[in-house]
Amino acid sequence: MPARKIKEFFIEKLILICGLLSIFFVVLIFIFLLKEGLALLKTIRPFDFMLGKKWYPISEPPQLGILPLILGSLLVTLGAALISVPIGIACAVYIAEIAPLKIKEVLKAGIELLAAIPSVVLGFIGMVTLVPLVKNIFHLPTGLTALSGSIMLAFMAMPTIVSIAEDALYSVPKSYKEGALALGATHWQTIYRVMLPAAASGILAAVMLGIGRVIGETMAVMMITGNAALMPHSILQPVRTLTATIAAEMGEAVVGSEHYFALFAVGIVLFVISFIINVSADLFLHRKRI
Amino acid sequence: MLRVIFFVLSLGLFLNPVFAAQNKNNIQVKGSDTMVNLAQAWAEKYMEKNQDFVAVTGGGSGTGFSSLISGTCDIAMSSRNIKDKEIALAKQKGIDPFEIKVALDGLAVVVNPKNPVDKLTIDQLAGIFTAKIKNWKEVGGADAKIVILSREVNSGTHVYFKEHVLRKLDPNSKEEFAPDALMLSSSQAIADEVAGNSAAIGYYGMGYISPKQKAIAVAKDEKSEYVTPTIENVLNDTYPISRPLFLYTNGQPQGLVKKFVDFMLSKVGQDIVLKTDFVPVKN
Repeated sequence: MPARKIKEFFIEKLILICGLLSIFFVVLIFIFLLKEGLALLKTIRPFDFMLGKKWYPISEPPQLGILPLILGSLLVTLGAALISVPIGIACAVYIAEIAPLKIKEVLKAGIELLAAIPSVVLGFIGMVTLVPLVKNIFHLPTGLTALSGSIMLAFMAMPTIVSIAEDALYSVPKSYKEGALALGATHWQTIYRVMLPAAASGILAAVMLGIGRVIGETMAVMMITGNAALMPHSILQPVRTLTATIAAEMGEAVVGSEHYFALFAVGIVLFVISFIINVSADLFLHRKRI
Repeated sequence: MLRVIFFVLSLGLFLNPVFAAQNKNNIQVKGSDTMVNLAQAWAEKYMEKNQDFVAVTGGGSGTGFSSLISGTCDIAMSSRNIKDKEIALAKQKGIDPFEIKVALDGLAVVVNPKNPVDKLTIDQLAGIFTAKIKNWKEVGGADAKIVILSREVNSGTHVYFKEHVLRKLDPNSKEEFAPDALMLSSSQAIADEVAGNSAAIGYYGMGYISPKQKAIAVAKDEKSEYVTPTIENVLNDTYPISRPLFLYTNGQPQGLVKKFVDFMLSKVGQDIVLKTDFVPVKN
């Protein structure tokens, strides 16, 4: 075999290994999560764990109910979605369909910049600006609430939603738009009757991926949602999320204790939630191509 | 091929912390957030005179113990005693935790300076933090809902406050922080929230008190005197919520670690304790 072919062969295999490694690591991580998390089932029933309303992990005996944590995560995510989805889609429509080239460039750069801000910085800014604002506007005892978390996380979800939704709008065949305009539809009618429905699956995928980003976010929510593990009744209350719980408590948990296994079980719950979100996003994206 | 890559990777991953801890001129100190500033001050002064390098990291007392047990630090700082569970785990890993008392700390209960309340009994404090007392007017303040601030569960301060104030050292007590207590991840976060929120109450080591917060005078019961958290009151043992601060090493300190520990307990070291608003153990 000539030297070139040998070189080619090795490079090909190296790339193959790199590709396989990423899958291999995911599998390893999942096995580890399962191994550590399922050990909890020896001491507590899954029903009590998922639906228990009290989270006192370091008491004797520990009370490990994660319902308030699940609801806290969902509440913050829902709030963030309500804020970021309409704004994000509107922004994508503007960039893809309406904005003149110059504004488009500026907007796209701005959104990329927004995506580049580290979450701890957003959390810190939220803590000193947003939290007092929320407290004063709603006359709350404290501004460390689910709402503050939702607003800050909406900023984080927006870049994902905008850029993927924008791609989806671009990939609508040009003939659709031309056809609609030729039939006498106005620009706006074309956008919301033709472009948006045609790009719907891509936009849904954008929303799902944005939500996926939000539910896994840790640092910012830990800094501004107050982390009180009580059952949430309103968005103006402090909540404790799944991610913040793991981050705050992993350092303390004695390795091999019930608390330690419980945190891994929380990790499994989180993994399952984001897995569902990502798979459904993938399904939507896939449907688009057919 | 895969196997080789894996071997190299895992070697790097697993040996790295071991090397870090055994490095000849390097002392890793980890643990209690309460003690971070103090240990940092010690480390800086110590490094002025010595060639050795001391790295100080916070994270909470529990974090310190897990690091000591896993061999990733030489000295664990702790604002609580080591738990039996942790000792058992350490023995399993061949680590023998050795306790050294290096300073005392008064645990200050703080409110916003605008809050008219300036003294409380331990019973009232327990009532407030377990949400049996929900409104400031029940303890002589304005008509406002009390906002409870607590440290996270990885904090030695959290554990100490629960055991000594909420449960009053009764091992059978089942008292817990109210579920709606806000769990903040650092003493500074509590200080900031108290400074900006006139209905908030929080607790932390007295080193964090500033003019933006007001320290509550605390009494053991209604008949006792109300005492403020000052260095004298902790030294003469009249302030009811004070606690020792510890270092833990693997066995009796030796070599470099011994040199650093001796420095902390020396006159210079104990003066630094005073300067960082803690209370020295030796005069």
